[in-house]
Amino acid sequence: MDLGAFTALELAEKIKQHQISVLDGVKYVFDQMEKHEDTVHAYLDTYKKEAYARAKEVQKGIEDGTYTGPLAGVPIAIKDNICIKGKKTTCASKILENFVPQYNAEVIDRLEKAGLVIIGKTNMDEFAMGSTTETSAYGVTRNPWNPDHVPGGSSGGSCAAVAAGEAYLALGSDTGGSIRQPSSYCGVTGIKPTYGTVSRYGLVAYASSLDQIGPVGKDVADCAALLEIIAGHDTKDSTSIKRDDLDFSSTMTDKIVGMKFGVPKEYLSSGLDPEVKEAFMNTLKSLTEMGAIVEFFSMKTTEYMIPAYYIIASAEASSNLERFDGVKYGFRAKEYEGLHDMYKKTRTEGFGEEVKRRIMLGSFVLSSGYYDAYYLKALRTKALIKKEFNEAFEKYDVLLAPAAPSTAPKLGESLKDPLAMYLSDIYTVAINLCGLPGITVPCGKDSKGLPVGIQMIGDCFKENNLFRAAHAYEKKRGDFGTAMEGGEKA
Amino acid sequence: MAKMIDDETMENVCILAKLSLTEEEKEKAKEEMQKMLDYVEKLDELDTSKVEPMSHIFGDENVFREDVVTNGDNSEAMLANAPKQKENQYQVPKTIG
Repeated sequence: MDLGAFTALELAEKIKQHQISVLDGVKYVFDQMEKHEDTVHAYLDTYKKEAYARAKEVQKGIEDGTYTGPLAGVPIAIKDNICIKGKKTTCASKILENFVPQYNAEVIDRLEKAGLVIIGKTNMDEFAMGSTTETSAYGVTRNPWNPDHVPGGSSGGSCAAVAAGEAYLALGSDTGGSIRQPSSYCGVTGIKPTYGTVSRYGLVAYASSLDQIGPVGKDVADCAALLEIIAGHDTKDSTSIKRDDLDFSSTMTDKIVGMKFGVPKEYLSSGLDPEVKEAFMNTLKSLTEMGAIVEFFSMKTTEYMIPAYYIIASAEASSNLERFDGVKYGFRAKEYEGLHDMYKKTRTEGFGEEVKRRIMLGSFVLSSGYYDAYYLKALRTKALIKKEFNEAFEKYDVLLAPAAPSTAPKLGESLKDPLAMYLSDIYTVAINLCGLPGITVPCGKDSKGLPVGIQMIGDCFKENNLFRAAHAYEKKRGDFGTAMEGGEKA
Repeated sequence: MAKMIDDETMENVCILAKLSLTEEEKEKAKEEMQKMLDYVEKLDELDTSKVEPMSHIFGDENVFREDVVTNGDNSEAMLANAPKQKENQYQVPKTIG
């Protein structure tokens, strides 16, 4: 039996039917790591011994009725900015090289309760700041489809792990596209839920008004099932929202006749790679053939999305990252003269270049004399962007966009010009500014064989529209193939 | 014209950000920040004079709870990651002479 061919839901079903054991699934992913990690490097830490022990415990729990959920027994990888009690959580930063959380993130408790098996922590851009996973202090992750290319970021490790068969599922986090863009680059499915749907308790904060944890999986149904497990109100996160519409799986159908899709025409203008555009346009055609209505409309705030986003995200980052001062946890510089010098040396030695860049920009836009001109201006722009999305959702059920202007760039190309890297986030950042849910589904490959993803964007609390449209499209598309066919590629 | 980042502004940013950069790093940071500010200046094209700043998309109501202690003494766990500790407290360099 080729365990790699199963989705997470299929694996769990086979386990329930006693055709395979929980341990078989766990062994499979560690075998894949054995084969591919030297090349891919999706993980910063793995828990083989604990996962094997946990597999036996979960097997017993499934048999005695403790674990009855649809993903019980499935191995899952966790992005390294989500706290697991007793396990190093570094955010891929030197400043947290020895940080061991004393508590679990809410999502971790929920996974444990649902009987999933946590297998390790995945690589990421340092503090989730970056679009390629190259700003990690612990080495790059390579794209399983072609190891000369990046996996995207910041949840590059999570997406690469799923693409390489080294995990059936993974958790990522998305502040400006960090689940949706690497999902596109790695040919997997990933969703950023509506802001407030998943508790941020135990997620190391980057930009608190934008951060959301979300699932990465092999297909839409797997992501829906995982989101059902991690979503829900949590009193430990004051921005957590009480929702009673968290049943996503049962509302998925194959039919999207009459569903209305809108495409912002500004998204198709300059800067979009012709091959990505072609894959995107083919997807629009598929949706039309399925009876959906696809229309183009104008999104006038498009060119203001990235400036507003980087001001707000950097401002919040500079505030959130003030806590790393060498006093309470993490790294402390070896040599210093007095308290303030200790703060400065610790932070200068502990943070990487991209993180420092954003802390400095954020400090500037929040500083006296510039606050109104930059930070408040960005918040006013955000209100205009939100208004335009509200108007779009009066007309359309779902908006469509590419996930990124190109397929995965080559390693080493992106960090040369930070501004150019920021510009590549054009299709994803506004969704975070407006709290909207967005899902990426693979929709094609370029001439180099690198995956292209389509992004579906829903109104707040309308994940059901996304799952329905994405699931129907996925069925029509058919099998996308995997990065590791024959285990030869990477 | 976007704000020009001069040496004094850069110095202030480093104080606020609690970072100590070498002269070379400062020069590079200055250049990069200038480039970014020139770019975000684009926002000035938008008339936002009648638009309220939007901080939270779902309104910003506070979440209250009764002021009662619900956790126990976690001092040991809280100190577990401290680079330096002494007598159940965080230890920092001497701050007053």
